[in-house]
Amino acid sequence: MSTRLAQGGRLLTRGRPVNFTFNGKRLTGHAGDTLASALLANDQLMVGRSFKYHRPRGIVASGAEEPNALVGMGEGDRFEPNQRTTTTELHEGLTCISQNHWPSLEFDVGAINAQLARFLPAGFYYKTFMEPRPFWKHIYEPFIRQSAGLGKPPKGADPDSYEHFYAFADVLVIGGGVAGLQAALAAGRAGARVLVMEQTPHWGGRAPVDGGTIEGKPAEQFVTDALEELTGMDNVTLRSRLMGAGVYDHGYVLGYEQVAEPRAGQAGPRHRLWRIRATRVITATGALERPLSFAGNDVPGVMLASAVRDYAVNYAVSVGDRTVVVTNNDDAYRTAITLKELGLEVPAILDARKGGGGPLAERARDLGIRVETGKGVAKVKGTRRVEAVAICNQAGEGAVLEEIKCDAVAMSGGWSPVVHLFSHCGGKLNWDADQALFRPDRDKGPTGADGDVFVLAAGAANGHLDLAGGLADAHRAGRDAAREAGFTAADATAPQAEAPEEMPLEPVWLMPQGAGVKLRMKAWLDYQNDVKVSDIQLAAREGYESVEHAKRYTTLGMATDQGKLSNINGLAILSDALGQPIPQTGTTTFRPPYTPISMAAIAGQARGETFQPVRRTPMHDWHAENGAYWEPVGQWRRPYCYLRDGEGVQDALNREITQTRESLGLLDASTLGKIVVKGPDAGRFMDMLYTNMMSTLKPGRCRYGLMCSENGFLMDDGVVARLDEDTFLCHTTTGGAENVHGHMEEWLQTEWWDWQVYTANVTEQYAQIGVAGPNSRKVLEKLTDDDVSAEALGFMGWKPITVAGIPARVFRISFAGELSFELAVPAGHGRTLWDKLMEAGAEHGVMPYGTEAMHVMRAEKGFIMIGDETDGTVIPQDLGLHWAISKKKDDYIGKRAQARSHMTDPDRWQLVGLETLDGSVLPDGAYATAPGTNANGQRNVQGRVTSTYHSPTLGRGIAMGLVKHGPDRMGEVLEFPKVDGTIVEAKIVEPVFYDKEGEKLNA
Amino acid sequence: MLMLTCPNCGVTGEESEFAPGGEAHLKRHGPGSSDEEFHAYLFAKENPRGVHFERWRHANGCGKWFHAARCTATLEVFGTYSAQTTEPPKDIKDKISAKRPGWSWREVE
Amino acid sequence: MPDARSALDGASEAGFVKVEEMGLQGMITLRGDLAAEELQAAATAATGVDMPDRTGIRTARDGGNALAWMAPDELLVMVPYAEAEERLAQIQAALEGRHVLAVNVSDARALFRLSGGPQVREVVAKLCPVDMAPAAFGPGMFRRTRLAQVPAAFHMPDADSMVIVCFRSVAHYVYKLLCDAAATDSEVRYHV
Repeated sequence: MSTRLAQGGRLLTRGRPVNFTFNGKRLTGHAGDTLASALLANDQLMVGRSFKYHRPRGIVASGAEEPNALVGMGEGDRFEPNQRTTTTELHEGLTCISQNHWPSLEFDVGAINAQLARFLPAGFYYKTFMEPRPFWKHIYEPFIRQSAGLGKPPKGADPDSYEHFYAFADVLVIGGGVAGLQAALAAGRAGARVLVMEQTPHWGGRAPVDGGTIEGKPAEQFVTDALEELTGMDNVTLRSRLMGAGVYDHGYVLGYEQVAEPRAGQAGPRHRLWRIRATRVITATGALERPLSFAGNDVPGVMLASAVRDYAVNYAVSVGDRTVVVTNNDDAYRTAITLKELGLEVPAILDARKGGGGPLAERARDLGIRVETGKGVAKVKGTRRVEAVAICNQAGEGAVLEEIKCDAVAMSGGWSPVVHLFSHCGGKLNWDADQALFRPDRDKGPTGADGDVFVLAAGAANGHLDLAGGLADAHRAGRDAAREAGFTAADATAPQAEAPEEMPLEPVWLMPQGAGVKLRMKAWLDYQNDVKVSDIQLAAREGYESVEHAKRYTTLGMATDQGKLSNINGLAILSDALGQPIPQTGTTTFRPPYTPISMAAIAGQARGETFQPVRRTPMHDWHAENGAYWEPVGQWRRPYCYLRDGEGVQDALNREITQTRESLGLLDASTLGKIVVKGPDAGRFMDMLYTNMMSTLKPGRCRYGLMCSENGFLMDDGVVARLDEDTFLCHTTTGGAENVHGHMEEWLQTEWWDWQVYTANVTEQYAQIGVAGPNSRKVLEKLTDDDVSAEALGFMGWKPITVAGIPARVFRISFAGELSFELAVPAGHGRTLWDKLMEAGAEHGVMPYGTEAMHVMRAEKGFIMIGDETDGTVIPQDLGLHWAISKKKDDYIGKRAQARSHMTDPDRWQLVGLETLDGSVLPDGAYATAPGTNANGQRNVQGRVTSTYHSPTLGRGIAMGLVKHGPDRMGEVLEFPKVDGTIVEAKIVEPVFYDKEGEKLNA
Repeated sequence: MLMLTCPNCGVTGEESEFAPGGEAHLKRHGPGSSDEEFHAYLFAKENPRGVHFERWRHANGCGKWFHAARCTATLEVFGTYSAQTTEPPKDIKDKISAKRPGWSWREVE
Repeated sequence: MPDARSALDGASEAGFVKVEEMGLQGMITLRGDLAAEELQAAATAATGVDMPDRTGIRTARDGGNALAWMAPDELLVMVPYAEAEERLAQIQAALEGRHVLAVNVSDARALFRLSGGPQVREVVAKLCPVDMAPAAFGPGMFRRTRLAQVPAAFHMPDADSMVIVCFRSVAHYVYKLLCDAAATDSEVRYHV
């Protein structure tokens, strides 16, 4: 059984017990434990079941590479699936549950899949669930979805907070092991601004566990000294619990910080996403140990040799009483030595190498450990726990020589540098055949804005697996990075390190090398996705020769651990099956993030109220307090209508429209864009911007104008007021202000930069209120001493006035088709003016009206709306707006495009009014059908509805639409099929339904 | 995500401060131009793998347009320069020649 | 004239720094040739401060007057709110006949002050992609950038406070973001 040792544990604080629960069981660990070490200390070796075959699975690793030990953590809205126990710090009250089993971890119905394993090879689902086709949607997929998947997501909103942080550094060091610290020292001493990130809460990485001396002192002492020196440097920042998640273009790096665990009562944001820009990035990310592929290598109790050592040294946990070590290299001997020195049994070390190991092997033998060379594991016995290993000759086919009773197996297939971060942004790797690993190519790292390589790998991550070589390499990387970032590195040499010499490893991709199919079907590569050696071989046989294809076919490396343990072994098996060298097969693409990061951290502050900007007018609060039924218009929120008690939306619309038509309505028009265009060339520029002639507009007058893009399509419209001889004020649509302002600046800066014109977007300077209806002049006159009579201020005129004591511009313009005034006042006075108008209009029953009432009223008048009548493919000529297109001008933006053959095609659909014969409202976007079908067998169409409303003024449905030859077909009846298959008939009419002579708005 | 230096305000900022504006140095064809010329002006844009000249606007900064000479394959930025010019300045072209001998882009080389 | 109201009526909240809406500030957008003597004279006369350098700001000791560099052809002229129209008229008169654009934009914006110490830098660094290290940014500089999802600008009147300018319509959004970023126990301690 796995248990806590009486003494030791370098990361533990004994005497500070921490209570937690696993599957409802109350367990206790120590402060400093990871969840994994605490579970092991409680003999909870088995922590879940595998994805496909539901095989019992235990903890395999001690860090980020863990594939098996994922649990659901937390409760309620704070529940999170797939949390790695090996990287979770134990905290008081932690609750977790195991995953992927039913009804329980110990007894699982899905385990039947394991019995059927030989019938569930790679690609099984692809091959099996193809026919009959309808079965996929209704039977196969629901069934597979039910039984597949690891954790279940929580349902409620995450109650914790998350944030981003932008940081900049000259040299960013990712990894706080001895290599990272040495690189930081070298760069820091040169004066570079250095940020060192370490994903765990601890500094020093593996070195304190693995041993060796640095400058004659234990590695742990070097770590302490380095931290002290680095902490003393103002230009160096050390951050633990901060993982390098991804490296991107131009020195952009994402860091993922575990800040606080609110569920454990800590304050602050839970995760912080660091968005870092670094001139140079050093990846001192260490190396990961590889499993060995032998039958039963997934039985709980089979663990990486380094992990067994970590648990023993760091957490004082013995994984088993009798641990067999199986290896192809010297490093695993350290595990045997460590265990033996702690008084635990190591029945045997199985070294696949015929020649065995070096000084470490000698030491093991001296301790009395049996060492077998040229041997390997034929098979692990046991299901929920290792019971014994059957040993065999590595060179053979697996004939069992002997069975050794044991309750744990520590395996080592060699080490793979963590090249992920170096590779994320295109760094190239070389195959190092001597060490059987991929290592970064110094000259082919990712390049930055200046074209130079900006990522430097250091230490074990760079293939220097020995302590001395790793430190020297890190020292070099730190100096290089500082120098390349513009600093002069001090003259210093790397610290001298000493560790026992190691014999070279011998690659072992399959154990034994001649294992038959029965063994290969139990030799796991990818634990989490249940991919075995036989699956990769099958993929190769079936033609999936590219490593990327084999990956997707077998799902090797596609689980949440992204194949940290399985990739190299898998591609070695694939290479062998294809009979080609490993570098020719190559690796799959390493993609960020290094380990999964929370979605909430990615969202950061962009959630809830700050999910996106919501723009508010100065009268926003009034609307909110008075029943506003909001409509998003661009980023603005505008009242669609104002609901009174018991009212439906249509009731409110009818009320608002009737009131405005009969007496007085107010519209908050503050969202309309307002752009000042000024300069000696302003008139000339305006003539280019608008299709009509603006330069002839007189100061004090307004003109409606159309704005097109260079490809001729209508992009915006609005009323232009001429403020003085060289100043225009352009009104734009609500969503269009920034666009139109950008459009103006683009032409001024990039085409006509010699024209003397300045623009300013003053949209937000003004609150704008539309006062509309037959009584609008009366109410305005109550609030101003200025003359706003028809004679003093005619239709399409504007003048400065003082209203309610506030300086204002009043525009006699109308979108509602009634006598109407638009008042623009400084935004800070908007609410005051609104209140005054409501007060003064009370005698006329004043009501605010929303955007929908505005839409209905403009449609009654036949006024177009950008975004309804236009969709980016409509030109003004389609909308019967020829009157607003100057024929006198040589040029305007869009003019040349409107002369292209398709634009002048008489068959283009044209704007008309549509009146249903039965008075109903046409469905929005409905098409008018025409006889016959097109080449695709679809009904021919001859027009479509662009705007459609119930008009309370006329008491029936009205609509506008674009119809082929429409204006020539007045009175003709078209058929519009509805979604339910029935047909609505509508007559083509003039698009103006109300006050055709314009007597009302001219009043 | 790119880092760009706006030549108008001198600020070096990340891509999210800027807005891309497509190919640089287009010659406008208006009324009077042939269908072919106008079609080429509107639609026939360069999309090279390698050296490219682009327009960018410092949208969340000084608001000004500028040009960038950039490698679309490696994302190397050779330089940024004024938008008020009809072709890349010599120093930018020299810089590109030093890094990508034999390069060409439309008629520029 | 009735009193004008700022976007959030001076709302404030204290976390590890204090966030407050500053109320109304007179502002004039002045576009023109910034190298022209007449323009420089008009701008400095309206504010009593010297011309700022590129991407810089000059502030008067009392804080109500300032000149900020917005673009190669644009200054932001800051004056007391009540005096904005008068100063605007003054500038326009001084530059009569010149090709310039001067408009009152006092009501178009919202201003926030962060105060409480050098950690104000970190509130900005949570929202803006800008290097907020003291060596990279400090008093006298004026940075226009992106704040979360909206354009904004900021400067440091002194080493312990920050002024943030955004459009008025997004004042609520920006205020909420700033308050969240300044929340107690969310210090990053990277710059301080």
